[in-house]
Amino acid sequence: MRRLHSFPGGIHPPEHKEQSTRLPIAAAPLPPKLVVPMQQHAGAAARPLVAPGERVLKGQVIGAPEPGVSAPVHAPTSGIVVALELQPAPHPSGLMALCAVIEPDGEERWGGRAALDPFHAPGDELLRRLHEAGIVGLGGAVFPSAIKARVNGRRIATLVVNGGECEPYISCDDMLMRERAPEIVRGIEILYRLTGAAEVVVGIEDNKPEALAAMRAAARGSRAPVEVAGVPALYPAGGERQLIKVVTGQEVPSGGLPLDIGVVCFNVATAYCVQRAVELGEPLVSRVITVTGNVHAPRNYECLLGTPVADLAELAGPGADTDGYIMGGPLMGFRLPSPRVPVVKASNCIIATSPALFPPPPPAMPCIRCGRCAEVCPARLQPMDLYWFAKARNFERAEEFSLFDCIECGCCDFVCPSHIPLVEYYKFAKGEIRTLKRERQAADTARDRHEFRLFRQEREKQERAARLATRSPKAAHAEGAPRATAETASGGEE
Amino acid sequence: MLSAVLVVAGIAVVLGGLLGYAAIRFRVEGNPVVDEVDKILPQTQCGQCGFPGCRPYAEAIVEGAADINRCPPGGEANIQRLADLLGREFKPLSEEVGEPRPRSVALIDESRCIGCTLCIQACPVDAILGASKQMHTVIAAECTGCELCVAPCPVDCIRMEPIEEDLGNWRWRYPENPLRAA
Repeated sequence: MRRLHSFPGGIHPPEHKEQSTRLPIAAAPLPPKLVVPMQQHAGAAARPLVAPGERVLKGQVIGAPEPGVSAPVHAPTSGIVVALELQPAPHPSGLMALCAVIEPDGEERWGGRAALDPFHAPGDELLRRLHEAGIVGLGGAVFPSAIKARVNGRRIATLVVNGGECEPYISCDDMLMRERAPEIVRGIEILYRLTGAAEVVVGIEDNKPEALAAMRAAARGSRAPVEVAGVPALYPAGGERQLIKVVTGQEVPSGGLPLDIGVVCFNVATAYCVQRAVELGEPLVSRVITVTGNVHAPRNYECLLGTPVADLAELAGPGADTDGYIMGGPLMGFRLPSPRVPVVKASNCIIATSPALFPPPPPAMPCIRCGRCAEVCPARLQPMDLYWFAKARNFERAEEFSLFDCIECGCCDFVCPSHIPLVEYYKFAKGEIRTLKRERQAADTARDRHEFRLFRQEREKQERAARLATRSPKAAHAEGAPRATAETASGGEE
Repeated sequence: MLSAVLVVAGIAVVLGGLLGYAAIRFRVEGNPVVDEVDKILPQTQCGQCGFPGCRPYAEAIVEGAADINRCPPGGEANIQRLADLLGREFKPLSEEVGEPRPRSVALIDESRCIGCTLCIQACPVDAILGASKQMHTVIAAECTGCELCVAPCPVDCIRMEPIEEDLGNWRWRYPENPLRAA
């Protein structure tokens, strides 16, 4: 048995998970319309490849990835693209994003699907497949998996597979592990092969005994040295850095990546998609999502990406007093600006809210500096000081106090006796700091360009003077007047 | 007695030489405070302060020839930074220089452009591309929004488009703090 470690802080919020695990995963029916955003991943948005009126097949690429960090977007079903337009995005801002609206034809006809042999195909081909299938981290960060799995010869000691799923209400990974453990383990084997890790640890919170048992049974016959570890249930044990600390005892350095300590981490749902992409040739067009909260029949649905949240919630029967939806969990999720926004790759949970279930937060009181936030902070920060600096817009100090190590888990919010929305302050401060940095960079570029322009103008003046000086006085006298005018004209043009 | 004088004189000569060498070797070009001030200014090069660019304004501030509150694009946040840096008193934005406008980029109506190059000559950061009798266009990423190209255009085909908020530049607002006595 592996010796487990612990991370600082953490909380035990009420779990509310059992209500959505009573029923098995159900396939959500085709909605009347799918709204597929061109940006569902970290990095640059995909470039749309289809025009309204075009017929698409299931799995067809409708958004091409940009160079660098980006991922393609696929048609989740066969049908007709009826619009390519701005639609409300599943984003806390409520702003619009470019989406392809697809009217399904109900046939679910796949485009070409080509399977790859996961154990004999060259590694580069497998990586290309992950990229082409639009696989991104389904734990929430939606970082393209092909980039993460390309370790470029670096030695990987541990491949950590994240089945933590610590946030209340969410149970999609739990149900996926219970029902589809063999596929997940095959996906893990592919990732194991790609990363060349020495060992594989699947970390699952010990409040999911069925998932643990299913994963252990599936791992027994695996070709990879997969160890399934039951980690103590403590929010946020499913955070990447926290889980790595628990299973390896090592800390990811501040501002660094797990790769810096020889660890790569993938979510179980990502491993599942990797298996589908490689062994079945299916790109990422659907995911399992928990629909819970103020609904009559909370459960997990396997739904197509682009399904509007309202259609999905309708399946579970929202209560009459439902006043909105949260995407993600109650601690890290955000309130949806509209129920018409679609499910995207990052969406793991939809919680219907009602005034009884999620009462408005009580008014914030002054900070009494009790220090409870510091006790529960898993990043070992001083949340009360960060709050102070963010509130006073003293961003330099906030940065000095490692604001960017904050993972926005919401533990401090949860315990604050004054009900201060602490994480909102940190998000605000982070945004301001990022904007300031961007502006500073733009200003530096502008300064360089302006200085170069002055230098160029000076040089042109000198060159003109030199040309005039070298010309013989006679020629200058003869053609001086017409030449000079011609030169002024051409000198003015760029 | 004599040896003491010689020793002290010797030390003086050596140290003097060192200081003289250091003064040449580590000579500071220009005024470093100007650089610091220039770093704070937004580099739009718009001239709204009355100086031909950000650096001349920075020089004027350091010389004491100009006040620190003459830069509309920098806004009050920048005035505060300048006040902190220079140990001067904060002042609200001077009324002579006009109101701060929303950040924007220039946009050329390409169907109306006659290719006169006047805007190209006006652009302080070479952000306009084009040639004589050819259509011009603005490189939006390099445009500082200084508006210097708008006035010279003989056919008024340049307008300023405010930069709209999108998913790329959106940021969290300051939390509404319903601080209330219970």
